[in-house]
Amino acid sequence: MTIALERSVETDAPLVEVRALKHVYGKGNGAGLTVLDDVNLTLRPNEIVGLLGRSGSGKSTLLRSIAGLITPTSGTISIKDMPGDDTAHGVSMVFQSFALFPWLTVQKNVELGLEAQGVPAEIRRKRTLAAIDLIGLDGFENAYPKELSGGMRQRVGLARALVVQPSILLMDEPFSALDVLTAETLRTDLLDLWSEGRMPIRSILIVTHNIEEAVLMCDRILVFSSNPGRVIAEIKVDLPQPRNRLEPAFRALVDDIYARMTARPTVPAARDGNFPGTGLGMALTHISTNTLAGMIEAIAAAPNDGVADLATLARELQMEADELLPIAETLQLMRFAEIEGRTIRLNPAARRYDAADVDERKQLFAQHLLAYVPLAAHIRRVLDDRASHQAPATRFRDELEDFMSEPYAEETMDAIVSWGRYAEIFAYHEDDDRFSLDDPA
Amino acid sequence: MVFLSSDRLNAGLLARFARREFAPNRYDVIALVLVGAAAVLVVHGATQMNLPVATLRTTPVVLDPMRLPEYALRSTLRMFAAIIVSLIFTFSVATLAAKSRRAGLVIVPMLDILQSIPILTFLAFTTAFFIGLFPHSELGAECAAIFGIFTSQAWNMAFSFYQSLRTLPPDLEEVSTQFRLSSWQRFMNLELPFATPALVWNTMMSMSGSWFFVVAAEALTVGHQTVALPGIGSWLALAIDRGDVRAVIWAVVAMGVVILIYDQLLFRPIVAWADKFRFEMTASEDEPRSWFLELLQRTRLFPRIGRLFRALVAIVPRPSRLGNSRSVAANPALELWFDRLWLGVVFAVAIWATWTITIYVHRTLTLADAFSAFGYGLLTFARVLILIVIASLVWVPIGVWIGLRPAWSQRIQPVAQFLAAFPVNILFPFVVMGIVAFRLNPDIWLSPLIILGTQWYILFNVVAGASVLPNDLREAAGIFHLRTWQRWRDLIIPGIFPYYVTGALTASGGSWNASIVAEFVTWKHTQLQAAGLGSFIASAMAAGDFPRIALGSTVICVFVLLMNHSLWRPMYRYAAKNLRLN
Repeated sequence: MTIALERSVETDAPLVEVRALKHVYGKGNGAGLTVLDDVNLTLRPNEIVGLLGRSGSGKSTLLRSIAGLITPTSGTISIKDMPGDDTAHGVSMVFQSFALFPWLTVQKNVELGLEAQGVPAEIRRKRTLAAIDLIGLDGFENAYPKELSGGMRQRVGLARALVVQPSILLMDEPFSALDVLTAETLRTDLLDLWSEGRMPIRSILIVTHNIEEAVLMCDRILVFSSNPGRVIAEIKVDLPQPRNRLEPAFRALVDDIYARMTARPTVPAARDGNFPGTGLGMALTHISTNTLAGMIEAIAAAPNDGVADLATLARELQMEADELLPIAETLQLMRFAEIEGRTIRLNPAARRYDAADVDERKQLFAQHLLAYVPLAAHIRRVLDDRASHQAPATRFRDELEDFMSEPYAEETMDAIVSWGRYAEIFAYHEDDDRFSLDDPA
Repeated sequence: MVFLSSDRLNAGLLARFARREFAPNRYDVIALVLVGAAAVLVVHGATQMNLPVATLRTTPVVLDPMRLPEYALRSTLRMFAAIIVSLIFTFSVATLAAKSRRAGLVIVPMLDILQSIPILTFLAFTTAFFIGLFPHSELGAECAAIFGIFTSQAWNMAFSFYQSLRTLPPDLEEVSTQFRLSSWQRFMNLELPFATPALVWNTMMSMSGSWFFVVAAEALTVGHQTVALPGIGSWLALAIDRGDVRAVIWAVVAMGVVILIYDQLLFRPIVAWADKFRFEMTASEDEPRSWFLELLQRTRLFPRIGRLFRALVAIVPRPSRLGNSRSVAANPALELWFDRLWLGVVFAVAIWATWTITIYVHRTLTLADAFSAFGYGLLTFARVLILIVIASLVWVPIGVWIGLRPAWSQRIQPVAQFLAAFPVNILFPFVVMGIVAFRLNPDIWLSPLIILGTQWYILFNVVAGASVLPNDLREAAGIFHLRTWQRWRDLIIPGIFPYYVTGALTASGGSWNASIVAEFVTWKHTQLQAAGLGSFIASAMAAGDFPRIALGSTVICVFVLLMNHSLWRPMYRYAAKNLRLN
């Protein structure tokens, strides 16, 4: 891993170049979790680039590698300074959680980066007040973050990032902790400042899981696959600013990205590289049975009548793509639904489930769980075979860890416990971490 | 006061400071009088410390109430000197432990042990050491006393600071790294503010706890050498020696007044000020307030002093931005070898220390002595356990009753904290008089003394726990008409359990410590003893029998550590895992 700081004369040269980046969390001996694999990225002046992907696709890791917060396992990142720029490392970052110091006033928070650079107090103050002014925080200089609303806090985060005059602004899901209205206002304000050229930055790299946000803001979108994170598509957005969500071209692009994000093998791919995602090695996502039931009901109900467009469904349910897709995939995994492109279609079993009462639903769920989730069948078989009808959960956890890394094994166990309890195919006792058959009467 | 003022700061501040109208307002006058008086007292007390040791003999402590304010001042100054040393220790050692993995490997378990063992037993050794260091000045005795007080304060402060440094909010850490703050800027902007609320609380607890040591450390008899430094502790020792009840009462009053003064003038303002460092994004419901802090803030002078101070801090040449380069990826194999080497060194030192202690003790003592010490340990252990149970039976219901009534708990909480700060050894003479008068069995009737000062920890922790019982759960219990026992089993006990464990753990640690003074009590010429490890150590101290003190100290440490690890820790883990209310 090398980080090169170069000064370039020509202004159109790339600002950031990422080549063959790979990052593995955890143990270095191959047993770790690969979050980024062979990622390439070029950031040029005057563009907003979006990194879009589901959780676990490593997009935040990429952003943090560029920010210098993470040292990737291998690959190169070169950041080119703009000529005449006096900052050492022309990169600044806006955080999802705002990351404000609660004991510092707005002004002191914004000044922080300048203080670190050793800028004299008088200049520091002038630049800080200018940044506060630019971002619309006038009058709040002496307020503490806890006195501000979420939107105002993120404005402070933005002012703090801008005051050091970076050439590249990195944004890590900057609007996802805000309510819809506030997020929209902040987005619009940011785009206005950008298009009017009032910010010192040359380029913005923004991480998001919100497809509409990406299409609304970005000139270019990189779509990431998850586990491991790879760039699966690069989409140029040529729509003129300001963009209109209701415009057909806009909608078509959003739908297209949905399709690309769901274009995956029918069973969730192996999560750790080499092992097929079938049999015991099938990694499960912990989704509440209430959510699964709700999803079936939503697709079964009019006007969908069993077939729904994923993008439309997401809008209807007010969910983000990365919330909706795992639910759809889990339904597919249990053969309650099929996903083709952007369309999800309920199987007859799911229609029966929709019409059934509580007990029938549970029975139906139990049948599918035992038939299509090998781990559930495995646990049940072990419990049936034993005279005591009991087994420690660590046994299955260890078996899972032969196939996948610990966090995934943990999530898979959580999923199987909650589904098994709902289906009443076995009981789980948290106190001593064991499965048994005794509770289902 | 680095963080006191939020006003703007600029380079011309010094000039402005000199130029601006300086007309003091009335708050300035009051504050100046108070602060000036404090300064005069500190200087007076400090100059007294360096007098030749002969002065101690020519002007011994006298039981004259007119002299009592001065004695109280000297005692208080000793405590604050110790607090300052403790803070220095905290900032250096805890920071080292948090930043260096290898140092942490040794420092953290040591702090953990030191904060749970009875430090009182080591007083004899440290006193001998310091008097040897400055044989001709009173300073030696002063240092010994201050060091003794320091040993009762520092560990939990350092531990809390270490824990804060290890739980820094990750996003703020990222901001600091991303902006490349220097180590100093990082410390001032992130680490110190984040750690402040916990540190302030622990400093207050340490201050309370160390009164107990002031009484023990000022008038020490180690073998033939008796040192009596002017202070409340020596006053009390003399009063007990002479059997002067009125003098004891005077001491009680003086101590109460001193605690009240520094609570109002120092700790309340600090707590109110430290509230802004709580790592929360919501304003607290009832912010702690302090009339003295408000008074200082209303003055013209003091906020300016705060600003001047900040300006000075800003002028100080900041350490260069060297300490923030990205961590160099080290060779893992080499790291592993370093770790092994380090652990090897640590083990070697530990074995050497064990060997030295054994040899030292073995010179005069035999295995039979060790067994008898262990037997005494069991007796004290039984005493501590039984008394914790009794205190719990008494205080848990009362604490719950108070905690469920907010109006009451607000009034009771400061009282309980005051009582916990009060050194109960001051009250022992009255108990001795009672036991002698009624011809009671000291083995039984001296026992309650060891819980007398520490039971309050159980009370105020239970009060705190009961007062945060979620209202919806209480309402649910009301709607379903839970019977009394059911209410306790399913709501109250699980709800207060984590708090109770904290209180009981503190009380038990304090009780072991108290056993050294509580199992061996004198009044005039009457000497009462209860069989136990505490009296074993206390009588060895009186006789100057160092090997026996060492043996007793070791045994008591073993007992305390065993109790913590086999009883309190498991309960703590259980509570943290199963009884969290969120």
